[in-house]
Amino acid sequence: MSVRISTIFAAFCLLSPAAFAQDAPSDPQIAHIAYTAGVIDIEAANLAVKMSKNEDVVAFAKDMLRDHEAVNKQALDLVAKLKVTPEDNATSQSLTQAAAKERDALAKLDGAAFDKAYVENEIAYHKQVNGALETLLIPSAQNAELKDLLQTGLKLFQGHQQHAEHVATMLE
Amino acid sequence: MPMIMRTAMLGGVAMMLASLPAQAATMKVVIDKLVFTPAEISLAVGDTIEWVNRDVMEHTATVEGGFDVRIPAKKSASIVVKEAGTLDYYCRYHPNMRGRIVARAK
Ligand SMILES: [Cu+2]
Repeated sequence: MSVRISTIFAAFCLLSPAAFAQDAPSDPQIAHIAYTAGVIDIEAANLAVKMSKNEDVVAFAKDMLRDHEAVNKQALDLVAKLKVTPEDNATSQSLTQAAAKERDALAKLDGAAFDKAYVENEIAYHKQVNGALETLLIPSAQNAELKDLLQTGLKLFQGHQQHAEHVATMLE
Repeated sequence: MPMIMRTAMLGGVAMMLASLPAQAATMKVVIDKLVFTPAEISLAVGDTIEWVNRDVMEHTATVEGGFDVRIPAKKSASIVVKEAGTLDYYCRYHPNMRGRIVARAK
């Protein structure tokens, strides 16, 4: 870390009311993480639509595309309205890296093995995002409208998790 | 518009409403942020349920082995209640969304 950045960082911590919670992400970072989480699921769904021959799996993937595209558009509209510029951060980056790895692994599979791995991955992924929303992102969000959108996002991801669990039982 | 004319028109509307036969009601269920409100509605056979979707995503009102109504984003959809009884419904896309219909005989 350069001297300049560390100075700015220290100054920021002194000024910030969240000085005691240095791990808490800022609203611009939260917006970026939430948007990234949606993009990751859209990319996984695009892969499933391309690779899967299973009607239920393709229908589920299309549901994910439709919902996450709609919610991410809503998120972009909100940040524009709030004049918040989503800020890239270590959490977004590690999410994106992990997802790219997961997609590479999925792309090597086909048929029933692909379907099973995709749906299991969807369950695990939505669970993980729900955990992050509940324990970190929602409690850290400062802006009320952003918090509200995240709460709706949590209900959506919980719904998708249950939907994915249902699709998993159909694959058995 | 002259006041007298407006009053006459309002009177006409009131008369029309009064002359309608007692008829089936329409109950609205609003969907907002993935929640059906009210979560439970009571109505009579022959009444209509209208779901008004305020969300940016599509939902369904689905009864296992029964009706399956798609409610597109920012749109409404309705059904006429055919039978008396209690029906639990959910959204196929987001099964955490749940509602209940309690229908009494006419
Ligand atoms: Cu739904």
